Amino acid sequence: IICCPPPLQMQFMLLFSRQGKLRLQKWYVPLSDKEKKKITRELVQTVLARKPKMCSFLEWRDLKIVYKRYASLYFCCAIEDQDNELITLEIIHRYVELLDKYFGSVCELDIIFNFEKAYFILDEFLLGGEAQETSKKNVLKAIEQADLLQEVRLGGGDLHGI
Amino acid sequence: MALKIVKGSIDRMFDKNLQDLVRGIRNHKEDEAKYISTCIDEIKQELKQDNIAVKANAVCKLTYLQMLGYDVSWAAFNIVEVMSSSKFTYKRIGYLAASQCFHEGTDVIMLTTNQIRKDLSSPNQYDTGVALTGLSCFVTPDLARDLANDIMTLMSHTKPFIRKKAVLIMYKVFLKYPESLRPAFPRLKEKLEDPDPGVQSAAVNVICELARRNPKNYLSLAPLFFKLMTSSTNNWVLIKIIKLFGALTPLEPRLGKKLIEPLTNLIHRFLSSVIAVLISLSSGMPNHSASIQLCVQKLRILIEDSDQNLKYLGLLAMSKILKTHPKSVQSHKDLILQCLDDKDESIRLRALDLLYGMVSKKNLMEIVKKLMVHVDKAEGTTYRDELLTKIIDICSQSNYQYITNFEWYISILVELTRLEGTRHGHLIASQMLDVAIRVKAIRGFAVLQMATLLDNAHMLTGNTQRNGICEVLYAAAWICGEFSDHLEDPLQTLEAMLRPKVATLPGHIQAVYIQNAAKLFATVLRAQEGVPDSQKAQETSQLLIDRLPLFVQSANLEVQERASCVLQLVKYIQKLQQKEVAVAEEVSALFAGELNPVAPKAQKKVPIPEGLDLDAWINEPPSESESEDEKPRAVFSQEEPRHTRPRHTEVDEKELARRREARKQEQANNPFYIKASPSSQKVYPEVPGVEHIPVVQIDLSVPLKVPGMPMSDQYLKMEEERRQKEKEEKKKKEKKKKKEKRGRGRKHESGPESEEDITPAHTVDIVTEEMPEVGSRINFALSNDCPPSLFCRPLADSEKLPVRTHRPTDILKSPVEGAELESVSQEPKKKSKKDKKEKKKDKERKFLSMLLYLRALLSVQVYDIQGNLQDGSQVVVSVIFENKSTSFLKSMEFNVLDSLNSKLQRPDGAGPHDGLSVPFQLPPGVSNEARFVFSVQSIVMPQKLKGTLTFIVKSEESSTHEKLDFKLHFTCTSYLITTPCYSDAYAKLLESGDLKSSSVRLEGVSMSFHHLLARICFHHHFSVVERIDSCASLYSRSIQGHHVCLLVKTADQTVSIDAKCDEPSLLGNVLDEIKQTFSMC
Repeated sequence: IICCPPPLQMQFMLLFSRQGKLRLQKWYVPLSDKEKKKITRELVQTVLARKPKMCSFLEWRDLKIVYKRYASLYFCCAIEDQDNELITLEIIHRYVELLDKYFGSVCELDIIFNFEKAYFILDEFLLGGEAQETSKKNVLKAIEQADLLQEVRLGGGDLHGI
Repeated sequence: MALKIVKGSIDRMFDKNLQDLVRGIRNHKEDEAKYISTCIDEIKQELKQDNIAVKANAVCKLTYLQMLGYDVSWAAFNIVEVMSSSKFTYKRIGYLAASQCFHEGTDVIMLTTNQIRKDLSSPNQYDTGVALTGLSCFVTPDLARDLANDIMTLMSHTKPFIRKKAVLIMYKVFLKYPESLRPAFPRLKEKLEDPDPGVQSAAVNVICELARRNPKNYLSLAPLFFKLMTSSTNNWVLIKIIKLFGALTPLEPRLGKKLIEPLTNLIHRFLSSVIAVLISLSSGMPNHSASIQLCVQKLRILIEDSDQNLKYLGLLAMSKILKTHPKSVQSHKDLILQCLDDKDESIRLRALDLLYGMVSKKNLMEIVKKLMVHVDKAEGTTYRDELLTKIIDICSQSNYQYITNFEWYISILVELTRLEGTRHGHLIASQMLDVAIRVKAIRGFAVLQMATLLDNAHMLTGNTQRNGICEVLYAAAWICGEFSDHLEDPLQTLEAMLRPKVATLPGHIQAVYIQNAAKLFATVLRAQEGVPDSQKAQETSQLLIDRLPLFVQSANLEVQERASCVLQLVKYIQKLQQKEVAVAEEVSALFAGELNPVAPKAQKKVPIPEGLDLDAWINEPPSESESEDEKPRAVFSQEEPRHTRPRHTEVDEKELARRREARKQEQANNPFYIKASPSSQKVYPEVPGVEHIPVVQIDLSVPLKVPGMPMSDQYLKMEEERRQKEKEEKKKKEKKKKKEKRGRGRKHESGPESEEDITPAHTVDIVTEEMPEVGSRINFALSNDCPPSLFCRPLADSEKLPVRTHRPTDILKSPVEGAELESVSQEPKKKSKKDKKEKKKDKERKFLSMLLYLRALLSVQVYDIQGNLQDGSQVVVSVIFENKSTSFLKSMEFNVLDSLNSKLQRPDGAGPHDGLSVPFQLPPGVSNEARFVFSVQSIVMPQKLKGTLTFIVKSEESSTHEKLDFKLHFTCTSYLITTPCYSDAYAKLLESGDLKSSSVRLEGVSMSFHHLLARICFHHHFSVVERIDSCASLYSRSIQGHHVCLLVKTADQTVSIDAKCDEPSLLGNVLDEIKQTFSMC
């Protein structure tokens, strides 16, 4: 169904809870909201139906789904058939590590309440579906500096405004 | 103002922030929707305020709501506002929202172009970064075109942080705006050797991805990648490079030798990726099966691993090896079969996939038996259905190549019908039909099985869904009817097919039932009429007359129609029977003859009639397509070799004779070829052993079994026994042989179990394809247009990326002196040929291309003169102004010396000799289009108007006033408008006799007729009314309503055009122009 030009590696990434609540979604292929919703619903159902000790891969429509569960959250990516599954698994793991470093032992609530931060980290790590930076240190440095910029400007801006 | 800001800030304190919203949603679990709708109302209020902080907060909340599935597209404009905030905090939120919510259809995206450009060139690298990230999510073709140049510049940014993002996003730009690939590629290639590993890896990623789509353009990069592969330590990069080599090696076999060594070193690190390459390598190099062997061994270890992921990947890689080296995988059959028992569906499906490729004549029965066991055990209909289709796939692959005993296969199919709730009844049915039709020897057996199925139809009708298992009854009924001669008790089957319960089946099945009941009826009659007791035959007719009325009342039209037809027939027969007339022969004659299936490619064998050109346009091609923009003329002016079909090529006699022989051979073996005489019918040898099969075996102890069905297992046993016997015989023979040939080499000895030894019990009629498939490879739109040498030749002017006009600072830097300008102005620029068309909304207007080349700093092209349909005296001339100098051109004034007939339309109040100012200025290298309206009185003659263009050339030091003379050529053709005409209207027009005629002959025209027509249509605005062989009638209409009709005939390079028009001088001129068009080529 996904017929648009292929992204570099990943088609989309979804984070959802054990209850099936979507926590984060990033689409690297342009799809309509309706399609996105449909795909999300179907995938969440399929992944949640799988038992704990099963493998992390699953063929769904013409895509390959790579997912992994960390605590109460499922991280789920869709890749094309020829793409490398283990790298995708590694990407998921890296992202979790990044979140962990940034929030300091991350939990689902961190992502719920700071969802924009979670996106910023993801965007710094992946671009157009491809890992743009493989060094964790560099990603975090970029995020911290941007955050710093945000705070300085936020403070300055508010004072100035009043 | 200050107060307002203060007020805004205070308001903000009471606003919900994101955290409040999230908390609120969590606290309102039971009325979430209601809570969110109040939140959205609040957000709408917040968005109305001027304070950007409030807006950003609102947009942030919206982004969260969007994730929860709420529609926020209404706030798209507010998102743009937040994006354009000068503060990074808000900008970041704005871009995040945009990347989550925007898609190609979002109309406000076009408003963002300038903002994004500003951010891209921001001194703050984080502004740039955030813009690039956002852009990667919502880049549209327009954005890609407008920003390609800016992003390309960023690839050489000082900060690697920006460089790597720019490189990655270029991939998206290439996809959306393929023209950017060529100019950007050299820089992209440079990045492969970037000092920063992140940038390097990004460039590798992009190039690998591009190369995968179109490898041949990237072969020249192989040495560079080879160097990277042996030197890089970055696993991510390595994997990508390996993937790239996987695409390159099939094109360049020499690469393989070089790669083997580094790859075997890497195999321990990334097995799965390496395997893909090794496979493509070894397919070209048989000597390297050792490395494949190594792979398979490694994979076995993976599959045996307890880690499910490794198991999965191992199976996946196995299936890749299987495609090229089936033998090495087949020895691991045991392992694969084990995986079928795995709890994990992903793994089971993988294993199934492997089995498909692993079957051979020898192991088919065994594998299918295993699968049948799994079918019984399987939980969940999806997996069971998957198993079912796999079984059928496995058995039917390559024309039932692996099936040695079709009775076994029919039994398998019958067993499969017992599956409950399957969706694949249709598939089973089509298999039954296919086998029964194609394997003639099996028909007797198949018919008996089908009769039993029909008799037990009640067991299948539980599921009346479409595609449900009842579909097999369709096949059963048809087979029983068509091959009814094989039935033991046709009367009983007939009775079974007319049971009232049948009326509950889907309509299309009922229809088949009735039709085949009629066939059965004929068979029964024939049997009964021989017998002296004629009463029986009448009873049979009575049975039909009793049962059919139920179907005549059917809601399904097909059923109703067939039922009433058959009913009337039977009633008539009954009348005849009462008069004791023998009717059986005549009734059978209704269904006489064998229905042969037609091969899917049979159409190709029908020769194309003389003069039918399947490539010719029926209607004129839409002129606005993008790809045509590049070279619309070439389409018509070149004799392209691709139009000459291979079948027209001359073949020498010998070759023909050989082919004929081959074809005869093939026809003899092909049952679907309609033979000239029945003598060539192939005789199917009776298979020994078939008689011994107990066809009816009643096994009441197993409840689910349909009674009377044989079990497929028995065939497996038989097969094993047979094989055992054969082996023994063979051993004996071998012993004999050994005795005879002792001392001789062993090279003639084939393994005792080689494939060829298994002789199939039945032969399948194989539909062979005569024509080779045209190699269809899905190509990437992006790379399609690129010739192989794409990146080697220098950029043409037209390929340079557009530089936007509002960056004059860059443009004025060009150090060109006035003197040089002068000299440029004297030299005629021949190469300014550039034919452009533009999408036009107004369909009523039609275009023509007429080019005017002017020596210039400036080239002026009249690329289009359109007649105005609404106003018969108006013509719109579109002119493209292209600045070919390096200076800035401004204050252009366009003026034409009016003639009596044609006048430039000037605004009210302007004098008759005043020029019109061109409404734009031209930076160097930029072109733009302006339109001018002319009023014309008579259109029967071509016109030439002289004109001048005055403009100011502005360079850094000075500005000079320049003048350019030009001529506008209004041909008569330009007054014609392509108008479709129906042939009957056309005939009436010709009959009316109002038209004057004229004719012209063109000699030495060597182009094909359809090219010729296309050329006339394209250049002279005609449309084809009708075309018969090498003769065609064409029609066009002038803007003042003159009809122009052409009759074009061609023979031996001579084209004669007979023309009719109500205005003779117009006609004469149009014909002259057509003549001129063809004299130019």
